[in-house]
Amino acid sequence: MTLAVTNLTIARGGLPVLADVSFALEAGQALILRGPNGVGKTTLLRTIAGLQPSLNGTVAGAQDQIAYAAHSDGLKAMLSVSENLTFWAEVFGQSDISNALKAFDLESLSDSLAGTLSAGQKRRLGLARLLVTGRPIWVLDEPTVSLDTASVAMFAAAVEAHLKSGGMALIATHINLGIEQANVLDVTPFIARNDVAMGSSDEAFL
Amino acid sequence: MKALLIRDIRLAVRAGGGFGLGLAFFLIVIVMVPFAVGADTGLLSKIAPGVLWIGALLACLLSLDRLLALDFEDGTLDLLATAPLPLEAALSVKALAHWITTGLPLIIAAPVLGVLMNLPTQGYGWLVLSLLLGTPALSVIGTFGAALTVGIKRGGLLLSLLVLPLYVPTLIFGAEAARRGAAGAEVSTPMLLLAGISAATIALMPFASAAVLKVNLR
Amino acid sequence: MSLWEYANPVKFLRLSERVLPTLWVLAISSTVVGLVWGFFFTPDDIRQGSTVKIIYIHVPAALMAINAWFMMLVASLIWLIRRHHVSALAAKAAAPVGVVMTLIALITGAIWGQPMWGTWWVWDPRLTSFLILFLFYLGYIALWEAIEDSDTAADLTAVLCMVGSVFAVLSRYAVNFWNQGLHQGTSIPVATGERSVADVFFVPLLISMVGFGLLFLALTLYRTGTEIRLRRTKALLAREGRS
Repeated sequence: MTLAVTNLTIARGGLPVLADVSFALEAGQALILRGPNGVGKTTLLRTIAGLQPSLNGTVAGAQDQIAYAAHSDGLKAMLSVSENLTFWAEVFGQSDISNALKAFDLESLSDSLAGTLSAGQKRRLGLARLLVTGRPIWVLDEPTVSLDTASVAMFAAAVEAHLKSGGMALIATHINLGIEQANVLDVTPFIARNDVAMGSSDEAFL
Repeated sequence: MKALLIRDIRLAVRAGGGFGLGLAFFLIVIVMVPFAVGADTGLLSKIAPGVLWIGALLACLLSLDRLLALDFEDGTLDLLATAPLPLEAALSVKALAHWITTGLPLIIAAPVLGVLMNLPTQGYGWLVLSLLLGTPALSVIGTFGAALTVGIKRGGLLLSLLVLPLYVPTLIFGAEAARRGAAGAEVSTPMLLLAGISAATIALMPFASAAVLKVNLR
Repeated sequence: MSLWEYANPVKFLRLSERVLPTLWVLAISSTVVGLVWGFFFTPDDIRQGSTVKIIYIHVPAALMAINAWFMMLVASLIWLIRRHHVSALAAKAAAPVGVVMTLIALITGAIWGQPMWGTWWVWDPRLTSFLILFLFYLGYIALWEAIEDSDTAADLTAVLCMVGSVFAVLSRYAVNFWNQGLHQGTSIPVATGERSVADVFFVPLLISMVGFGLLFLALTLYRTGTEIRLRRTKALLAREGRS
């Protein structure tokens, strides 16, 4: 199973941001995306996850395979940790949340309301959600925000376990996670140039 | 789908102000009417079906912008968009949850408020039936409006401007059915048309709602 | 040469600049001719006196109010299917013209009816339908204004126009049901009835209708050009901001 991104050109607000991005991800591999803030990593991840259309190019092997996690965790403050996880598990057709609770050390918090958690605990819960989706490709946008060093290590361990069982991970992050099987892709060379026509909305008017 | 329904209902119950707010608003609106039009029970009795319908409609409108905006802000909609559940189904479920937590309580409260409005005795059953048949349409049409305005800051007022004209056919047939029932006349035509509108909107509006929600999630 | 060539904003601008001056002249002249002829050179009606002359404004305005919405619907469909920006902007441009036409139809309808009804407004099915149309127009325009991103706004308003059209038609039937249910006898003698009357009324009416139609065309063409220029400026500024 491969995630193949070919000549992907993406836009944000009518303007192209990255052009002709290409890479392939095999089972058990992770790709770290690097680049300055605002270069388009979030847009790229959202496009691959299917939330936005691309201007050009293709993404193959992503249909129904992706678990997406970004800045907002999708947590409901008035539901408990286990209620939140159970909800997402059921939406994705899974039933077991115990692995997720264990991997992110949330077992003791399992009946606490998500609204009472600290920022770091909330982020751990948001990441734990990945484990209950049962999806092989993890697409993560700055997953380690709010996490302390110990939690980052927990997260890295979870990613490694996921990769070892045949999953893939596409992660935009500034931090060195210390994951062995990870390659790094700097997206700066792919910044879209002003003088090349790429079919964005604005170009029709210029 | 069931998981989403249960979650939404749970949230509405726990959020406090979920059930209660719509009902309280309904009550307040109905109480305001006699102050505005005078206490003549004959007059109130005549306008009762229509006023109760408008009160229920406005109370439904109130809870609409919370329907999707909260999920939009905390990223739930993005995640649902990547889930195996089609967005059309998710929005249908959300509309159902809205109806259960807002429409249904209003239907139950309506006869009680009918007393305040001197609704004729024979009108109670027809009022409840018309609301039962019509409020689902209000929820489903409202979901479309909510999906349209989900990305707009303080979109509540715009939501009302967009949704109220869409409510006109439902209101016309619903209130007419209730009014005829209260007068003891034949109600089948407006009732059937009302049911038809609800059925058609339940079946078709989710597609429009999903389409505009996808645009807003881009 | 296909019509689709003018989906290109720049080509469209050039075409409209060439066409507009003539169009304005034709539009204003036919409107003026129609109105002046109708108001000053036709005999008074036996039953209604001189107030009936307001149909020379009322009927064309009402006609254009509906046609404008229909044009917006078609333009919205073209945008959704073929993604031609000019189409989306044309719909945006037509809306304010349509809403003014609707307002004129409502006001002249009220003025026409007042001597007959004794009041400035009745909930006649036709007038009520136009009132609802007025609300749909307002919502459409408000949605365009509320959204910053042009493409998002175009998509959302296009779907709103489609959904609104369905509900507008539904409302028309609902309103007919609603008013006839009250057995209200008075309703505006609609102009379609009057058309069977002598040519002496009909010809200036026809000229007025043509005039209003051309006015709508000219105004929409002009406003679309403005929208295109605005969008172009935004695109240029955005590009500047990035380099």
